[in-house]
Amino acid sequence: MNRVLLSTRKGLVELSGRDGGLHYDKTHFIGDPVSVTATDAEGRWWAALNLGHFGTKLHRSEDRGRTWREIAVPAYPEKPEDPDDPNTWTLQQIWCLEVDPKVPGRLWAGTIPGGLFRSDDYGDSWVLNEALWSVPERKGWFGGGYDQPGIHSVAIHPQDSNHLTVGVSCGGVWKSHDGGDSWTLVGEGLRAAFMPEDMQFNKAIQDVHRLVVSPTDPNRVWVQHHNGVFVSSDGAETFTELEPEPSAFGFAVAVHPTDPDRAWFVPGKKDEFRYPVDLAMLVNRTNDAGKRFTAQREGLPQEACFDLVYRHGLAVDDTGDRLVMGSTTGNVWFSDDGGSRWQSVSTHMPPIYAVAFAE
Amino acid sequence: MVEVSFTQNLQRHVECHALQVADGTLAEVLERVFEVYPALKDYVLTEQGELRKHVMLAIDQQLVQGALPARQRLNSGSRLHVMQALSGG
Repeated sequence: MNRVLLSTRKGLVELSGRDGGLHYDKTHFIGDPVSVTATDAEGRWWAALNLGHFGTKLHRSEDRGRTWREIAVPAYPEKPEDPDDPNTWTLQQIWCLEVDPKVPGRLWAGTIPGGLFRSDDYGDSWVLNEALWSVPERKGWFGGGYDQPGIHSVAIHPQDSNHLTVGVSCGGVWKSHDGGDSWTLVGEGLRAAFMPEDMQFNKAIQDVHRLVVSPTDPNRVWVQHHNGVFVSSDGAETFTELEPEPSAFGFAVAVHPTDPDRAWFVPGKKDEFRYPVDLAMLVNRTNDAGKRFTAQREGLPQEACFDLVYRHGLAVDDTGDRLVMGSTTGNVWFSDDGGSRWQSVSTHMPPIYAVAFAE
Repeated sequence: MVEVSFTQNLQRHVECHALQVADGTLAEVLERVFEVYPALKDYVLTEQGELRKHVMLAIDQQLVQGALPARQRLNSGSRLHVMQALSGG
């Protein structure tokens, strides 16, 4: 762990690891909202900007952020006349950006209003995944968090680049085994308590807030859902609902890089309140696939705390020991012991949308 | 000729300097501007060809936001200023 990248309302903040902690280094794109970043093993960095006036932009660096160049953004095709499609076909945000470690140049971008895009040239050009965009259920997807639906999670199977799992808010969990040529709606057991009784288990309307897949056991899938915490042992085909205390509501989830049973969540008071329960910050950790959760509070504020951690606001590094999280109120915390104890890195960052470790 | 200028805020992100282009409809004038500054197009219009929600045009003293009056004629001597709306910041 050399660096941490914070995607914030006012730029891409770079932190450096030294002296056992994280320290402010510099800000890229200062003043401009950055929605998410990605990095690859060769030192390429990508930063998705969401300019308030001038739209979504994508920049790439070949030298770990020393220099940047604007590249193409995913673009939607011309929208046909279709009274059944309530959504605009205009890129509103790059919500997640994932590098395929096995295929040089390949990236997947999940976007609002719900398009999944692929690049095979490091982001110089993008193609909409027509297969997922064309599933009949897509026109029924609806906004969760933003006015329009969006894809916030794209999990690439670590051994098989053709095996993809995608989380949609609000549109459930979709899987492909052929590189995105065809898609299947999965997620039996996901439950939306806020829906009418006969719709609660409808797979197509589930508001998955964040989905992560264990790198060492791709059958183990963790979901932080609007309605609660869910875990799968069969590659997202079916899920079991878990009931962590003091709240199952939240946005973020991170899974340990080598232990599929170990995962972290940052709960908040549901639904629309979205502040820490009793205004006391905690990270919920399970070491046994969700049988038990332990609230980790050491080093985190336990009174008058309003911090909310967004769905990409929690990350774990390759060791599984170091975690970082950033909040909507500009706090950054770091742990080097698997989330047992936390130290404050900054209390006055801009609102943080995403955090990521980088080499 | 139509005089076209840009907000400084836009020039911070993409190369564009004041220029003159042949008069015509608004769509034609914009197309001529984008021929000179291709990267500018995506900053002003969406991929559906619509004016971005938080971009505003001033055609002489007429402010345009939302639907693009593509067929409106800009005569010789007209001025087109491309600016950000006060929303969206």
